[in-house]
Amino acid sequence: MKITDKIIKNHGLNLEEYKRIQKLLKRNPNLLELGIFSAMWNEHCSYKSSRIHLKKLPTKNKHVIQGPGENAGVIDIGDNDAIVFKIESHNHPSYIEPYQGAATGVGGILRDVFTMGARPIALLNSIHFGSPEHPKTKSLLNGVVAGIGGYGNCIGIPTVAGETKFNETYNENILVNAMAVGHVKKNKIFYSQAKGLNKSVVYVGSKTGRDGIHGASMASAEFDENSEEKKPTVQVGDPFTEKLLLEACLELMKDDSIISIQDMGAAGLTSSSVEMASKGSLGIELELDKVPCREENMTPYEMMLSESQERMLIILEDNKEKEARKIFEKWDLDFVIIGKTNNSKNLTLKFNGEIKGEIPIDALASEAPVYDRKWIKKKLPKNKFDLKKLKKIKLEDALIKILSSPNHSNKSWITDQYDQMVMCDTAKRSGADAAIIRIHNKDKAIAVSVDSSANYCKSHPITGGKQIVCENWRNIISVGAKPIAITNCLNFGNPENKEVMGEFAECIDGIKEACEFLNYPIVSGNVSFYNGTNKKNIFPTPVIGGVGLIKKLTKPLDHSFKQEKSEIILIGKTFGHLGQSCFLKENYSLVEGTPPEINLTNEKNNGEMVLKLINENLVNSVHDVSNGGLIISLCEMSMVNRIGVKVEKPKNLRNLFEYFFGEDQGRYVLEIDNQQISKVEKILKLNNIYYEKIGHTQKKYFEIDGELKVDINDLFKINNNWYNSY
Amino acid sequence: MRSSVIVFPGSNCDRDIAVALEKMQFKNQMVWHKETKLPKTDLIVIPGGFSYGDYLRSGAIAGKSLIIDEVIKAAAAGCLVLGICNGFQILTETGLLKGTLLRNKNLKFINKDVNLIVRNNKTKFTSKYKLNQILRINIAHNEGNYFTNPQHLEKLKKENLIAFKYCDEKGDINKDSNPNGAMENIAGIFNDKKNILGMMPHPERMIDNTISNSDGVNLFSSLIS
Repeated sequence: MKITDKIIKNHGLNLEEYKRIQKLLKRNPNLLELGIFSAMWNEHCSYKSSRIHLKKLPTKNKHVIQGPGENAGVIDIGDNDAIVFKIESHNHPSYIEPYQGAATGVGGILRDVFTMGARPIALLNSIHFGSPEHPKTKSLLNGVVAGIGGYGNCIGIPTVAGETKFNETYNENILVNAMAVGHVKKNKIFYSQAKGLNKSVVYVGSKTGRDGIHGASMASAEFDENSEEKKPTVQVGDPFTEKLLLEACLELMKDDSIISIQDMGAAGLTSSSVEMASKGSLGIELELDKVPCREENMTPYEMMLSESQERMLIILEDNKEKEARKIFEKWDLDFVIIGKTNNSKNLTLKFNGEIKGEIPIDALASEAPVYDRKWIKKKLPKNKFDLKKLKKIKLEDALIKILSSPNHSNKSWITDQYDQMVMCDTAKRSGADAAIIRIHNKDKAIAVSVDSSANYCKSHPITGGKQIVCENWRNIISVGAKPIAITNCLNFGNPENKEVMGEFAECIDGIKEACEFLNYPIVSGNVSFYNGTNKKNIFPTPVIGGVGLIKKLTKPLDHSFKQEKSEIILIGKTFGHLGQSCFLKENYSLVEGTPPEINLTNEKNNGEMVLKLINENLVNSVHDVSNGGLIISLCEMSMVNRIGVKVEKPKNLRNLFEYFFGEDQGRYVLEIDNQQISKVEKILKLNNIYYEKIGHTQKKYFEIDGELKVDINDLFKINNNWYNSY
Repeated sequence: MRSSVIVFPGSNCDRDIAVALEKMQFKNQMVWHKETKLPKTDLIVIPGGFSYGDYLRSGAIAGKSLIIDEVIKAAAAGCLVLGICNGFQILTETGLLKGTLLRNKNLKFINKDVNLIVRNNKTKFTSKYKLNQILRINIAHNEGNYFTNPQHLEKLKKENLIAFKYCDEKGDINKDSNPNGAMENIAGIFNDKKNILGMMPHPERMIDNTISNSDGVNLFSSLIS
């Protein structure tokens, strides 16, 4: 078959890239080889537009065992325990086929974690939908939530935390990011680097079908009006088989039969074999006749590009075949030796005894194109709105408007569809600032949270980038955990657009600055570009997934008020910043101004102080102040146990709305037993931490002195209405 | 007291129940579904999960597996059998318990803590609970909507074969406190001889105050006493 320009374009490659392929091969590729190049060189697999920026990110601290570059990142949490985690996007497939797209997103990220030898212990997700009024939103929401639940519930890994947001920027391109967290013994971590010559390359798991062919290429292009036609490129998930694969892999990993292991994720058999060989500087020869196929007459092209799920590639130690096969047969899974390693440094593909394709591994991996795309800086926008000129509203109405809005309504409609308790180590479930997962059979625990702030990032990417890291850090601290490291999922528009590329570069700069300052490195992640349709790009939406450590879990902490007559203190300064606030958005439909400024020094000092107070057992509950400001934080603390609060108006109050709805950063609300308050104040003063005593808890009523008094039960009803009536 | 937990491909609460049993001093063994013989045991537990992916119909394939014949024989000989969640579904598929578990009324998976009221505490499974005691236990299922024919329902009531019902925090049994549409709020039932209990809620998830609460403990301590 002659390779025409059209065929090249259909493979998501441009003519420059095709010339590069010809040069690397010193000949024209055949169709199979072109397909393999397209799978390896697309944005999703090659990180060609993001690579030079990602290099800037800090990836190390004393806990990090493995940073980016492996299937997932690994951190040390002491006593030979390590935590493996990563977040990944499945945006494009989920928009086309929400149930399967979301489900396979979960399945894929779980494989990344158990490939490294870890038993997955928690799932999280960050899902972004278009405006609730958009005709597709309802079915996408239903499908995605059912898909996430369908996979996690069946495989039996608790889905413990997440965020769900609505914004019209996602009308034509939703975001579905899934994060998995696993636990492994530090001395039993498995990697993907192939080692040794003439070792068996083993295919295990499900059979290969024609689903998902070119899936990764689809995720590397913008949508257009014909996107629905891409439905056949969405993979179909089978969580039952994944459960078997998980158990079989972990059983085989008990001894040392495995040299290296890699899941077949995006670009399936192609990327798994190339990555293993590339990392080991080896060659790999595959006999494609041996690949277990689900359908008849599959061609080498289809086998190499299929993204059928629940498959792994293993390089096995000599003389271990019999034992290994026994394990996979016990679990009714395919186990087939499909190739051998060699020293050719080539990927060699044989079918019916003939060589059908041969490509130098380096050409696919290290020689893949890297682009320094043009980008432009974003100027700090002006705060154009003038609060005095906006229509007057009552404090109570503004509060109700936010509490009843889709973005701030109680999300139990979603989280009730996820099994949060299976494995019996979930000490804090969804709804808390971070979920708490106990390490099985130990008294230590980890805290996990995912966060994003697309409006902030759109308005000023550097500040937005800093803010999401800080918000995640606060959420981890608010449940009493020490933040250790993060994973990130960078969802952006078309990188060939200078403005989008600028958003990307500057968000990275912001993330970098905050991560470095807080010693909160990035150990894994994923970039998803081309989120947009017909030249309309989504708001920049980096998502941060953080992990923190609780050394001894005795009484899991959360944000719910515990008793009446406690003192309430607010740590951190309130300036009343309303730019980009949800007060403006929900009450005036204004998305304007700058995001709140980040002061990293205050952020660090305040966070460490809150953690110290928690560790000294001086606080009853903690909640960070984020979207919606102080008043929303207080409401959320009240609503869980229906304990009210009475807040005094500060003496030097400039504006009531600024004070209560301002989204100034670095703030926490603490509930302190009145027996402990003098001790707490002493510590805060001694350490120069800014705080205000703002009120106390009380029975039944949410009250701001002289301004507002509402029954908590009414607020609860208001907050719980939206999803059930949507 | 010896217990055996049957493990099917797709079981996923097998570890959780084993942890609970061992914590309550059972001598527990895991039994793989391809086994054709049960070890000597006083209690058989069929755990929750998605045996065979819940494909075909939840519990249907597991209900025809090799080991199930042995479970049926042991149950006939009086061995205690506890089926939780998917285990309950499997027990109805084998015929050891009558009725069936339909899709939840809202057509969605439901995971939350719900209130249960103990309706019979004169059994080997429930003797440590008080009659009409209210428990807070986690549920997690797609198909928990118990249904049976009127004659059997009559019998369940007359012979006191209903173990637990869903209720509100005050113990009222009504539509609002019924999470899945189950007939008469039924959450768990016994067989005629009361040596078999099937229940949708997960008592093994409620044995540790750090994680949840300890309302499930007395089910296990009833069994062991």
